[in-house]
Amino acid sequence: MGWYNKRLAKSLWVFHVSGSPCNNCDIEILDLITPAFDVERFGLKLVGSIRHADVLLVTGIFNQKIAPRIKKIYEQAPKPIFVVAVGTCMSGDCCFKDSYNKVKKREDIIPIDLYIPGCPPKPEAMIAGVVKLIGVLNG
Amino acid sequence: MIGWKIFYLLVFPGLLFTGVLGLIVGWVDRKLSARLQFRVGPPFFQNFNDFLKLLGKETIIVKDSIKSVFVATPLAAFGFLVLISTMIGLALFFHEGFVGDLFVIMYLLMIFSVLVILGGSSTGNVYSSIGSGREIKLLLADELAFILICLIPIIKSGYQIQLKNILEVQSVQGPFISSVSGAIAFVIGILCIQAKMTLPPFHIPEAETEIVGGPYMEYSGPLLAFWQLNHYMMFVIYPFLLIALFLGGFDLHGIGILWAVLKYLLIIVIMILIKNTNPRIRIDTALNFFWRYATPISFIGIILAVFGV
Repeated sequence: MGWYNKRLAKSLWVFHVSGSPCNNCDIEILDLITPAFDVERFGLKLVGSIRHADVLLVTGIFNQKIAPRIKKIYEQAPKPIFVVAVGTCMSGDCCFKDSYNKVKKREDIIPIDLYIPGCPPKPEAMIAGVVKLIGVLNG
Repeated sequence: MIGWKIFYLLVFPGLLFTGVLGLIVGWVDRKLSARLQFRVGPPFFQNFNDFLKLLGKETIIVKDSIKSVFVATPLAAFGFLVLISTMIGLALFFHEGFVGDLFVIMYLLMIFSVLVILGGSSTGNVYSSIGSGREIKLLLADELAFILICLIPIIKSGYQIQLKNILEVQSVQGPFISSVSGAIAFVIGILCIQAKMTLPPFHIPEAETEIVGGPYMEYSGPLLAFWQLNHYMMFVIYPFLLIALFLGGFDLHGIGILWAVLKYLLIIVIMILIKNTNPRIRIDTALNFFWRYATPISFIGIILAVFGV
């Protein structure tokens, strides 16, 4: 599978889903496709449909309402799919850690492969994270 | 003889040549678009990697879909495009063909749009159905203008309905684009191509930000790979057809090879420039444009062609 993983590493198509975020991370994610950062260099592309995606990019905390929907989106994706969690909310609950409506453990909903902390993470940090994913795929 | 026919179909100018050239031109499209937006753009083998990656992904066949149609349409569309590219390539490179092959090409190009409509509406998804409906409307809009501009070279070549003969007439008289009616037809032809390939500003059926990919929304894995390949193969088929009809074909001797590449790149670059400088228009605007402006202008072109201008 090494040969196929190299192909996969060169063309990761990203589907972006917001799990009740404050929108800061989403704005920073859109910075990635602007001329200053241009992740199409690595073959990354934002796609509109989860059926086309290789990477599921999630932001925000998972509350009780959004959790089943995130699970449904994950199940609709063609495998292999990698889940990248962006933001401090995803990696450490941030200021919502005592919220009554958040799910106990995100990893019970979907398996998460990569955390990118930051509130919001800088585009450089996100590129560094994605390059780590590519490095793992390349072996 | 049969061996040569299989070679034409599978290697040159059919499947392999069109597929590889299409993916390379798809890279030119993406790279040039990126440079126009002051980005860096993808590496050279990006489209090959995308295609190979999609071949290895899981195929999800939607539960509510008509499964046979869902699976058959991308493959059938691929087969039709291979057939069209072989016919156009035989006329361009080997000066072979049969009587009326231009009409067969026009029919088969229409069948491709019909297959997109069938594939989109077989999925049972609302967005795909909307996309298919828009594809029907776009087909209605551009088809008449496209047929009319294909008639102009036929009239100008003395009612020859074979691509080979049209090319021969052009090699004697000079390319048809040098006449008024030919120039009109070429301009309308590029706009029709833009609509038939659903490139911006006519990407109304796909509209990623609006109806999430339209007919292709539910496709995944190898089936999506074939839709992508079909899209890139049309980057070869339509410019080659325009070159055969209006620019006098290819002369593959000496300096002629350079001219052939320049002719092809000219059409591609015009298409990419139109693509990058126009936002998506509404479906009624597209219908309005083609029925109110493009079709009457091509009618005028036909009248001019009959009078030999």
